[in-house]
Amino acid sequence: MKEQQETANRPDNTAFTQQRLPAWQPMLSAGIVIPGFVIIGLAFIGIGIALFVTSQNIQVLERDYTGVENNSPCFKCSDPSTKNCVCKLDFSLDKLFEGPVFFYYGLSNYFQNYRKYGVSRDDRQLSGRLDNFQSPDEGCVPYQYDANNKPIVPCGSVANSLFNDTFKLYQIVNGARKLVPFDGKGIAWWTDHNVKYRNPSITPLKNAFNGTVKPTFWSKPAYELDPSDPANNGFVNQDFLVWMRRAALPDFRKLYRRITEGDYKNGLPAGNYSLEIAYNYPVLDFDGRKKVVFSNVSWMGGKNQFLGIAYLVIGSLCVVMSIVMLIVYAKFKFPDEE
Amino acid sequence: MDFSLLRNLIRRYCVGEENWVDSRTIYIGHKEPPPGAEAYIPQRYPDNRIVSSKYTFWNFIPKNLFEQFRRIANFYFLVIFLVQLIIDTPTSPVTSGLPLFFVITVTAIKQGYEDWLRHKADCSINECPVDVVQQGKVVRTQSHKLRVGDVVMVREDETFPCDLIFLSSSRHDGTCYVTTASLDGESSHKTYYAVPDTMAFTTEQEVDSLHATIECEQPQPDLYKFVGRINIYKDREEPVARPLGAENLLLRGATLKNTQHIYGTVAIYTGMETKMALNYQSKSQKRSAVEKSMNAFLIVYLCILISKAVINTVLKYAWQWSPDRDEPWYNHRTEIERQRHVIRAFTDFLAFMVLFNYIIPVSMYVTVEMQKFLGSYFIAWDEEMFDEELGEGAQVNTSDLNEELGQVEYVFTDKTGTLTENNMEFIECCVDGNVYIPHAICNGQILSAEHEDLFFRALCLCHTVQVKEEETVDGIKRGIHQGRPTSFYISSSPDEVALVEGMKRLGYTYLRLKDSYMEILNKDDEIERFELLHVLNFDSVRRRMSVIVKSSSGEYLLFCKGADSSIFPRVVSGKVEQVKARVEQNAVEGLRTLCVAYRRLSPSEYEEACHLLTKAKLALQDREQRLAQAYDIIERDFVLLGATAVEDRLQEKAADTIESLHKAGMKVWVLTGDKMETAAATCYASKLFRRSTQILELTKKRTEEQSLHDVLFELSRTVLRQRSISGYGVEHLHTLDCLDFGLIIDGATLSAILKPNQEGSGNYREIFLEICRNCSAVLCCRMAPLQKAQVVKLIKASKEHPITLAIGDGANDVSMILEAHVGIGIMGKEGRQAARNSDYAIPKFKHLKKMLLVHGHYYYIRIAELVQYFFYKNVCFIFPQFLYQFFCGFSQQPLYDTAYLTLYNISFTSLPILLYSLVEQHVTMETLKREPSLYRDIAKNSLLRWPVFLYWTCLGVFDAVVFFFGAYFLFDNTTFTSNGQMFGNWTFGTLVFTVLVFTVTLKLALDTHHWTWINHFVIWGSLLFYVIFSLLWGGIIWPFLNYQRMYYVFMQMLSSGPAWLSIILLITVSLLPDVIKKVLCRAICPTATERAQVRTLTPAQEQT
Repeated sequence: MKEQQETANRPDNTAFTQQRLPAWQPMLSAGIVIPGFVIIGLAFIGIGIALFVTSQNIQVLERDYTGVENNSPCFKCSDPSTKNCVCKLDFSLDKLFEGPVFFYYGLSNYFQNYRKYGVSRDDRQLSGRLDNFQSPDEGCVPYQYDANNKPIVPCGSVANSLFNDTFKLYQIVNGARKLVPFDGKGIAWWTDHNVKYRNPSITPLKNAFNGTVKPTFWSKPAYELDPSDPANNGFVNQDFLVWMRRAALPDFRKLYRRITEGDYKNGLPAGNYSLEIAYNYPVLDFDGRKKVVFSNVSWMGGKNQFLGIAYLVIGSLCVVMSIVMLIVYAKFKFPDEE
Repeated sequence: MDFSLLRNLIRRYCVGEENWVDSRTIYIGHKEPPPGAEAYIPQRYPDNRIVSSKYTFWNFIPKNLFEQFRRIANFYFLVIFLVQLIIDTPTSPVTSGLPLFFVITVTAIKQGYEDWLRHKADCSINECPVDVVQQGKVVRTQSHKLRVGDVVMVREDETFPCDLIFLSSSRHDGTCYVTTASLDGESSHKTYYAVPDTMAFTTEQEVDSLHATIECEQPQPDLYKFVGRINIYKDREEPVARPLGAENLLLRGATLKNTQHIYGTVAIYTGMETKMALNYQSKSQKRSAVEKSMNAFLIVYLCILISKAVINTVLKYAWQWSPDRDEPWYNHRTEIERQRHVIRAFTDFLAFMVLFNYIIPVSMYVTVEMQKFLGSYFIAWDEEMFDEELGEGAQVNTSDLNEELGQVEYVFTDKTGTLTENNMEFIECCVDGNVYIPHAICNGQILSAEHEDLFFRALCLCHTVQVKEEETVDGIKRGIHQGRPTSFYISSSPDEVALVEGMKRLGYTYLRLKDSYMEILNKDDEIERFELLHVLNFDSVRRRMSVIVKSSSGEYLLFCKGADSSIFPRVVSGKVEQVKARVEQNAVEGLRTLCVAYRRLSPSEYEEACHLLTKAKLALQDREQRLAQAYDIIERDFVLLGATAVEDRLQEKAADTIESLHKAGMKVWVLTGDKMETAAATCYASKLFRRSTQILELTKKRTEEQSLHDVLFELSRTVLRQRSISGYGVEHLHTLDCLDFGLIIDGATLSAILKPNQEGSGNYREIFLEICRNCSAVLCCRMAPLQKAQVVKLIKASKEHPITLAIGDGANDVSMILEAHVGIGIMGKEGRQAARNSDYAIPKFKHLKKMLLVHGHYYYIRIAELVQYFFYKNVCFIFPQFLYQFFCGFSQQPLYDTAYLTLYNISFTSLPILLYSLVEQHVTMETLKREPSLYRDIAKNSLLRWPVFLYWTCLGVFDAVVFFFGAYFLFDNTTFTSNGQMFGNWTFGTLVFTVLVFTVTLKLALDTHHWTWINHFVIWGSLLFYVIFSLLWGGIIWPFLNYQRMYYVFMQMLSSGPAWLSIILLITVSLLPDVIKKVLCRAICPTATERAQVRTLTPAQEQT
């Protein structure tokens, strides 16, 4: 009885309870850290050089077309009262702009990441739920119902402010304008196009929108965004999808088209080009800017000096620090190590 | 507890002051006294139901919620949650509601389960059967139906159902044996005595015929005090009054032993008024220094939080001042939003508060509590602190103070039973200067045979030792050990046992106490019988005890034994000088000495003494005081017989432990009630004082010669001169080579120093503290229990506010154990009172070394890292969100997804730090034990000081800036996929968040010095969990959630090469400064700990 009690009180003699689990006890000692820093530093410098060179090889052509200055070709369109204004932006390339070329539009000082703006949408409606066509989500206020109390589809600020400038690119070949074909497929995320956004399964699509009105800013309803292609119409229109993915920062670019076809498969040859812009989107009243960007990409995406330079700097820093540490270690050795 | 208090208050103030009486009158068997006996004061008593549970089924939810939200952290999160519900906030209420709900639910389930267990325990106690005598019959009923005044019968091995007055026993001498193990842990059998007038009752009819009332004080929690009076009415005569004391009171929770049954016991305190229930009250909460720093940091963070919210609110309105920004066409406001500017500003402020509220870590409190609770198991589990003899290991009574064990600066230790074994061995006695040593030939010169006879008889009679004849389970071991399985001595005082056993070896055997006669077997094998008339019990103020006996020849003798200081002043004749010399000599050798004296009483003197004692014992009020007065009158005019010496050996490794504590930078003070010479000898033996130590004395002897003022100033001059010579600070004074000081002070001088009303006493106090500060060891002797606490308090309140630890084993140490920051009880021979009142209990003094140097050190570094890391990781978490506001028009747009906001602290980063705080060992246990000086590295809360906190916070801010701007420049106007597609804001946030989770986890990995498989599992596992969770969370459009903004965001990000590269880059950059700082600090100014790490590592490397 007594014996049993004693053994019951006795603590378990296991490695865990006695805090004696076998353990690896690493230490940031000179022997590990200095070679480690050198290796990391060299590796980073290597990556940095690769990134930097890749980035240098990327060609970018950027043109502002807001039309703030008087001599700007789109100055006439910048007055909000002009309707259906078209302006031409001419530029020339001295050498081949290697393909595939990506054509972006960019907006500045545009807060797509504004919280109230961002939540002003109805995901259920956009996934094709007809209930939400008749009664859009509360979050869409003030673009939930129009003045006649008719539901707006697609509702909300994000959809309402869809970017509606359109572009046509012409190459000037011997004074004649040759249309550069744009590829509008696959500019939005595959999952957005195929899973997240859905049109109601009603044909024709127009019927699904009965009793609703188009967003106030839009010139045409959602079911007429691309009547030629049902897979690019309504909520699955690629331009719409690109717009609906909010940008993180107030200066942003969005992919507009790719140039991958025909004569321009390998890029834009040297020569003169003219970009015809249907100028609809007002930005000046909030001091915004619009621009177009031609860019090609590498395996690491668009032109971005930052990453390469950062790698180079950090890599060199590591190497420098390892030298500093070496000196320090030589000077201040632990007394025990002597 | 609250209820009984409330009830008392109601009773006191609503019923009226007149009805509130200091004593209660109980009618035994509910029979009213004969008319005209005394005024009948009806009082209502609670029933015998024990309620230890806090909640009932109905009030559980509201009461538990109320209790939980009284905690400031929970309340804070509740407020945040409510704000989120009420106003339109950036994050959904789920983000703070879910963690809060989780924490509250887990706590509620835990508390509910504990309460359910308590209910069950209460139920089984309350329904346990009890035998009650009613109308002359024994009736079986349930415990909770007992009422005050019921007559109860208890059988052997049964537990008393309530506090009972003992009327009669099956034993003829009217005694019973009781063990109070469950009350105070003392497993020895204590004897209780029946009321003399009723002890003859043997049947329930007789008991039932008793007509009596009991007057006693109202319930109070002191287990060892009881004052009452029984009035027995017989045939309409004047009632006979008998005193009742603690020896008549059987306490609830105690168990009847070695007695067949006891009859006729009267319930006097029931239910929640029993002394056991009154002792349930929890002790005052002690808070650790770490907790205080934590709260200070928390306030800083609260200020940061508020200022962040204010800054953002102000900037928001400044930014919106220009109308084009205020409301661009693409982001129209609703009509409601356009109005009410002031209220809007306020809601904006609240919204920012909500957005940044994660900077105050919700889970920190939970994690800290879990760490403390789980971590304390390592103390209880420690096999090295398990004592074979006791069969018990260390015991943790509160887990709140684990880390305080690593911060101790002053150790106050008791001597007897703590430094020493409290295993007394009789060494010698001296009668009139002749020395007797057991098993040695006496020196033969018997000068006064009469005194010798009296001396040995005195020692055989003057004690409270019991003779245990029967064998019980507990007894086997000791019985065999003594070679005499039939009988052995038990007593609450080991000195007495040693003395009686020593007498046995000298030929005088104490046989037993039978029917008030003490029987002694003398040298010639004759049995002598003395009638025991009175016992004047020992108390620590008088420091002596006496018995009055009547010899067979009819002489009345008073034998007294006690400390020399309390005997010598009362001696009128005898060979005082010789005895005194011997006593002093013994004391120098570290022996415990007692003096023995006697006095012959004439019958008239006896009558007078008897009268005095009875009167004092019968008193209902101030009985203690009156008894003390009576004792003082009776115990005088002694004839000195001689002295005894008992050795109390030092505990195993006591010296080693003290040396280690010294090396660890702790100051060790010994506080003892013993006399100076004995205590000083022990101090030398335990290496508290070394040969080189210069002893400063501050004793009564010295202050009698000089004034206290002069002595103090002289000492302080000595100490200061030394310090100025050595030219070092205090820290260097107690290094080994340097001359160090030891101070000896006695209780009388100390109280003179501390006397508050004396002029310039504050001055004395300061000088005294200054002297103490410069002494490596201090010995306080002749201390009363309360003085011990005073000393602790004095040091606690001194200007450095050092952390104190008190360690002791006896009831006299309880006050200092409760007073000190950390109280440690030794499970000693003098009962369990110290262990019960302590924060930690250990079996032996030597275990203190491991407790402080290993466990305390570990807990401190663990919790310090835990606290700092928690603040760090939440700065990293929230600061990018703050920065993001500058790029989203101060619109309170959250950077991270809701799921990430919610789960960051709960699951992504919680387990690694919890595990770290449980198993981290920055140096091995062996090193810590071998090199106690490592303890100085963490002294004065060094890891939680403001510079360290600032470093961590700056590191957090730096990392946050790296995360945010790294991602910002990466996203700046470019794509980073090869298909040219652009990423949105959620990808941006996810990138930052991924870097964040990896960085903070790897930062912890860098800090971990002790990688067990569990660390690997948890650290890599939690990173893996984050990845898997993100894949799942983004991989499915979750049905019913209407939540799809994260759909494929994580996968898209991972599909891009630059994202990978930037994640690696940003993690490296964030960790770089910390690594460099660590490496450089280690090289340039390594701490002792870091040197030790190198030393332990190098031999290990050499071996491999």
